[in-house]
Amino acid sequence: MKFSIQVNEGPYTHQASDSAFKFASAALEKGHEIFRIFFYHDGVNNATRLTTPPQDDRHIVNRWSDLADKHGVDLVVCVAAAQRRGIADADESKRNGKDADNLAPGFRISGLGQLIEAGIQADRLVVFGD
Amino acid sequence: MMSDEMMEDGGPVKKFLYMNRKAPYGTVYALESLEVVLIGAAFEQDVSLVFADDGLYQIAKGQDTAGIEMKNFSPTYRALEMYDVEQLYVEKESLEARGLTAEDFVVEVEVKTAEEIRDLMEEQDVVLSF
Amino acid sequence: MLLHTVNKSPFEKNALDSCLRMAKAGSSILLIEDGVYAATNNTSVSEKVKGVMGDITVYALEEDVKARGMQDKVMDGIKLVDYAGFVDLVAESDNVSAWL
Repeated sequence: MKFSIQVNEGPYTHQASDSAFKFASAALEKGHEIFRIFFYHDGVNNATRLTTPPQDDRHIVNRWSDLADKHGVDLVVCVAAAQRRGIADADESKRNGKDADNLAPGFRISGLGQLIEAGIQADRLVVFGD
Repeated sequence: MMSDEMMEDGGPVKKFLYMNRKAPYGTVYALESLEVVLIGAAFEQDVSLVFADDGLYQIAKGQDTAGIEMKNFSPTYRALEMYDVEQLYVEKESLEARGLTAEDFVVEVEVKTAEEIRDLMEEQDVVLSF
Repeated sequence: MLLHTVNKSPFEKNALDSCLRMAKAGSSILLIEDGVYAATNNTSVSEKVKGVMGDITVYALEEDVKARGMQDKVMDGIKLVDYAGFVDLVAESDNVSAWL
């Protein structure tokens, strides 16, 4: 079955991104397909590669990047939500005249239409948030 | 569950329900949810909006945000009609609990009981919660 | 039928109440994160949860129950599922609704 997942909260404050990751991993393990994981609201903070948790803690951002790397999962960060919260890839950064970018590997920035499409294309959309 | 109906260009039409349960301004969910509805309208899906719990306050008349320096986005709900988003429902129990009536809103809404919303929810292909 | 997920403590937020009000007989509820406190015995909401259990199947996510030390307090009739079980519930339901 084809799943899409929406993540609405940032890492380390709310359990939503942990729950979403565990769910996605379990779904892949069972042989399901993850069509897309869409990061919205503060969920866009899952995508900054500057995240540096203590060594004995889980690395939520790297965990997502690994998921994209190993399973080809499409990790999409909402552009409008990302701009508000200072998450940018190199192109976005340049376009907005910023001096740095911080998007972690495996993520891409795109529009809200990607969320609607995720709802249309997948058999189920599961939302994790606050 | 895929609806049998197809869009003119041959894409599938799904039933999308937006469940709005958060008040505006105190958190960003109401505003960013409205952004999804507006973008989603371009996809020509069968869209319904339910306002329940504090979500009712999103469409309350008389909002004046000058003093908090945030954008008053309540007039935008009136534009939904132009995008053919016309199925706006308010949950009766939430309405009564908040001492409001159907005349207190910036848009025309249909009041539905929780029981009617149960049936509406079961008809959906995608439920987006904010 | 729908699978409803509730991730809020019933003692802090009204997500469970709203879910119970708008969940149809035959649907299922999965309690996750702080929502699992609604699955425990002898609380002010236990009777309310028991009251729907004839019509609605109530599940709680085992990992979240254990993380919170509630594993010995789960009410009879509530089914514990792990993340794999969560995935199965989603797949078996027609659709999912999250009460955030």
